Order: sequence, then C-alpha cells, then structure tokens
Amino acid sequence: MSGIAVGGRPTRIRSTAAAPRPAARRRARRDAIAAALFLLPSALPIVMFVLVPMLSAAWISLTSWNLISPATFVGFENYATLLTDPRTGEVFLHTLAYIVGYLPLVYVGGLAIALALNSALAGRTLLRGIYFLPVVTSWIAVALVWRWLLNPSNGVVNAALAAVGIAGPGWWTDPAWAMPSVIIASVWKDLGFVMVILLAGLQAIPSDLYDAARVDGAGWWQRLRHVTMPMLSPSTFFVVVISLINGFQVFDQVYAMTGGGPNGASTVVVQQIYDLTFRYGAAGEASALSWMLFIVILAVTVIQIRGQRRWVNYG
Amino acid sequence: MAERLPAMRRIANPSTRPGMVVLFVVMALGALAMLFPFIWTVVTSITPGAGLSFAPSLIVEDPSLEAYRTLFTERPFARIIGNSLLLATITTAIQLFTSATAAYAFSRLAFRGRTVVFAVYLSTMMIPLQVLIVPLFAQLKAFGLVNTYLGALLPTFASAFGIFLLREAVNQVPRELDEAATLDGAGHLRIFWTVILPNIRPALATLTVFAFMGSWNSFLWPLVVLRAPEMQTLPVALAGLQGQYTTAWDVVMAGSVVSILPMLAIYLFAQRYIVQGVASSGIK
Repeated sequence: MSGIAVGGRPTRIRSTAAAPRPAARRRARRDAIAAALFLLPSALPIVMFVLVPMLSAAWISLTSWNLISPATFVGFENYATLLTDPRTGEVFLHTLAYIVGYLPLVYVGGLAIALALNSALAGRTLLRGIYFLPVVTSWIAVALVWRWLLNPSNGVVNAALAAVGIAGPGWWTDPAWAMPSVIIASVWKDLGFVMVILLAGLQAIPSDLYDAARVDGAGWWQRLRHVTMPMLSPSTFFVVVISLINGFQVFDQVYAMTGGGPNGASTVVVQQIYDLTFRYGAAGEASALSWMLFIVILAVTVIQIRGQRRWVNYG
Repeated sequence: MAERLPAMRRIANPSTRPGMVVLFVVMALGALAMLFPFIWTVVTSITPGAGLSFAPSLIVEDPSLEAYRTLFTERPFARIIGNSLLLATITTAIQLFTSATAAYAFSRLAFRGRTVVFAVYLSTMMIPLQVLIVPLFAQLKAFGLVNTYLGALLPTFASAFGIFLLREAVNQVPRELDEAATLDGAGHLRIFWTVILPNIRPALATLTVFAFMGSWNSFLWPLVVLRAPEMQTLPVALAGLQGQYTTAWDVVMAGSVVSILPMLAIYLFAQRYIVQGVASSGIK
C-alpha cells in the first residue's frame, strides 16, 4: 500500500540541475510559491490542532494539573506513577484482549464475506450494501441496541439461548463477559469495512493467475492459499495496520456499552485517559498515558511496516 | 472494476450451481443477522413501554409513535439534529477544500521537502485523538471556544485520510491535460479548478461520504467540547438518553432511529462510490 510507504508517482521536475535556464528557474520559484499557497489551508489546521497540541501534551505530561488551577512542573513523576500503578498494566491488557479477540474474527469474517460476494452471487450488490450498513451507523446507536440485545434478563440473545436450553451469561453485567460483549458488537459493526477493503483487493487480482493455477490442477483451497492470499496480502496488511491503530484507540463502544465496567473489568487505555482527565482531574497523568499509548501505536506500526517485506507481495 | 467480468465468468461455472445456492442461503442468513439489530431498534422504538418488564417480541401489538413525540417535546431533539447537520455539512465542505488543495500541491507542484511534509501529514493519522484531547480542550478554553460550534469544528478542518485519498486521485489525472491548459496560458489556480477538480469527482464523492459520516458519528470530541444540552450532537445526546431513560428503551431506540436515518439516506445515495473510492485510493 503506497499510503504507508509514502510513495506515488513523482512529479516531473522540469528544470535541469546542471544549467538552470532563467525561465525554468522562474517556473520553479512560481511552483514553490503556488505550493505554499495550496498547502496553507491544510497546513494551518494540522499545525494548530494536531502538531501544537501534540507538543503541549508532552509538556502537560510533565506537570501536575487539574485543568483549573495552574499547572506545576513535576518532571517524569506522572510516568513513574503510571509505570508503578498496576492499573496501567490492566488497562493495556484489556486493550490487548480486545484486539486479540477482535482482529482474527473481523478479518476471517470479512474475508469470507468478501470471497462470497466477489462471486456471481444473486443479489450481491444488495448483500454488499447490507453488510456495509453497520459501518455508517454511529457507535453510540450500535452500542445501545447491542446492550439491549445482550441484556442478561430479557435480551433477545439470552431468550434465544434459553429456547435451546442454554442459560446465557450476564454479558456486559459480568466482569468476565463484558469484553466479549464489546468484541461481538465491534466485529458486527466492522465486518463491512474489512469486506470493502478486501473486495477492492480481490477485484485487482488478474484472472489469468487462477486459470494458470487451474491448469496446474489446483483445487479451491490451493487456489485460495497460493493465489488469492499472496495476491491479497497488501489489502490484508492494510486491514491489519488500520485495525491495530484503531484497536489501541478503542473507546466509543466501551464507553457506551460498559462504561469500562463492571468494576473496571473492561476499562481500556483511552477510557482510562478520559476518566483521569474528566473524572479525577489528573490531566498531567492523562497526558503521560496518552503519550505512552502513542509510542506503543507508533512502535507497533513501524514494526509492521518493517516486517511487511517478509509477507506482503506488491507484485 | 475491469477485472470483474472475467471473475464472474470464472466462478459461475455450471458445475458449482448447487454450491452457489447453498452459498446464497448462507449469505442471506448472514445478511439477516446483520440487519437484525436494526430491525430490533425500529421494533423497540414503536413498542410503548418497552423496558425491563418487556418480553422481547418482534410483533408489536399496539405500535405507537409516542417515543418519537417524547424525543421532540421533552428533549431538544430538533435542535440536536440541526447541530449534527450543521457540523457535518461545514466539516465536509472544509475538508473537501483543504484536501483538494493539498492533493494538488503534493501531486502537481515540485517543491523542496515535499516528501517530508507528506510524511508528516500522513503520520497524523497515527496520532490518537485522545492524545490531543487535553491540550486541545485547554487551547479552545483559552480562546473561549468551549460550547461553541467553532470549537467543535476547528480540529476537524484537515483530514490526512482525505488528503491521501485525493492525492491518489489527482495522480491518476493525465498530465497532458495540465500541459494543454498551460499552453493555453492557464495558471495553477485555473488548472486546479477547470482541469483537476472535474476529473476527480468520484474521489470527491467518496470523501464527501466519509467526511460526513465521520462528523455525523463522531463522539469523543463533541462530548468533551459541547457541554450544554442544546449544543449537543446526536451521538452525545443518544448516550445521554440512555442515562435519562434507563428503563424506557422505546425512547432510547427512537433516538437511535432518528440518528441513523439521515446517514442511511446519504449512504444509499452514495453507495456505489464507496467500493470504487477504496479501489481507486491505491489500497489494493
């Protein structure tokens, strides 16, 4: 995927470095001025509302601040507090549990749907639309109906389970089942997104590769393993990178489905950042945790980009 | 898209017909499972008194729109829908502008440091909004922008995703078109306006859908910056409903229906651009 590899087609640079003719130099200068003007509308918000806050978060993380009274400089105390607080490990573990439960399910499910809907199935346009529908719905609306479906006392899911003689679990009211509840709803919501990315990838695979594989006597499973999966690896890579970036930042569904409960059993990193800031007035600690999260995400993403050469096929 | 036809012929092999029937049944059942929560939302919203004592049933004996009346009389839902529409429309318009101009610069203009600037732009995709919440809140508080539309809007003005999407689209516009326009004496502004923009309409449509959807559904930032009830957006108001009407699920679900319908309309209108847009973004 050229997006992460920062590539793309280079612009032809018309002036020759050896002997810049005045006209070419004039054009280069005019291009630079135009570039500045064309970049200004996007650069202003990116600098003011991303890069500057990013740096001030680094500063705030070195202070003790409750958002109201003036901040006092405390050095790396917030980081030390976080690193020794068992709660920090817990919230990272909960986030990891979410990712480990969510990613394989959403990828395999999305792949199966994409494969099925890439074939000449009747009504596949309508089916694609239906599978994509949850993606356009707000997390809050989705979380509300899933809370209702997974209601332990009279939710539809437990009623259905009871009908076949299974006593349903307490879902989001049970510390052991709170995270699985969030994962189920998240997979349901994101299947359509993964499907669309993989469909775009599947449609770009040249059909003569399948013909060649068939001539060689490859069956369905062998074609999937030796043609589809390698050819699809750039899309898979994109799905994994995006899912991990988003997975570490999981918040909306947790906030709306469990509020991080019961008893903190499903509190993820971002829920903790939110609580530290707006419930406990510990903005310094929250900023330190934010930076820790950013560094984790950055490290995971860089590792993936480095490692992609081993399995991603850009043919 | 061109690959689609051979792909169809490939798989529509007559010998696999029974397999296709089974596959269709499985996919249709799956689609029903995908739709069920939506059906359930609508059914609950027209079931008066749906709540803790309510035994789940898909057949509503006495359907009523009472829950919807509650939303618009007891809660400022008309205003809240207006807020969401206003913010989403402005965000979308501005993101289209900032993304298209940046895409033109990255694709068509040679300038020193272009690769670095583009890398910085892209890396902002990796920064969790939550990292920025505290300083952004403090920044906007200092400007007196808490509880204002402007405060909710400012951080949404540039989108790394949008810039990336449109840059890929501009890269695919043949350069001969620019050169012909240059020979006619057109400057960058005119090339941008009369050559580039008309040729990237599908990508602009894709970005419109994603930008509108992003704003319409965004939760954390509006939750933090728009504290007054009459300033809230739909997702924030919905989350609030759940606290207020703990047992009145019909009201909560009516709120969900109201929040989903406009997005659904836009989605149905722009559905074909979504797969196409993803396919053309170079993510393959």
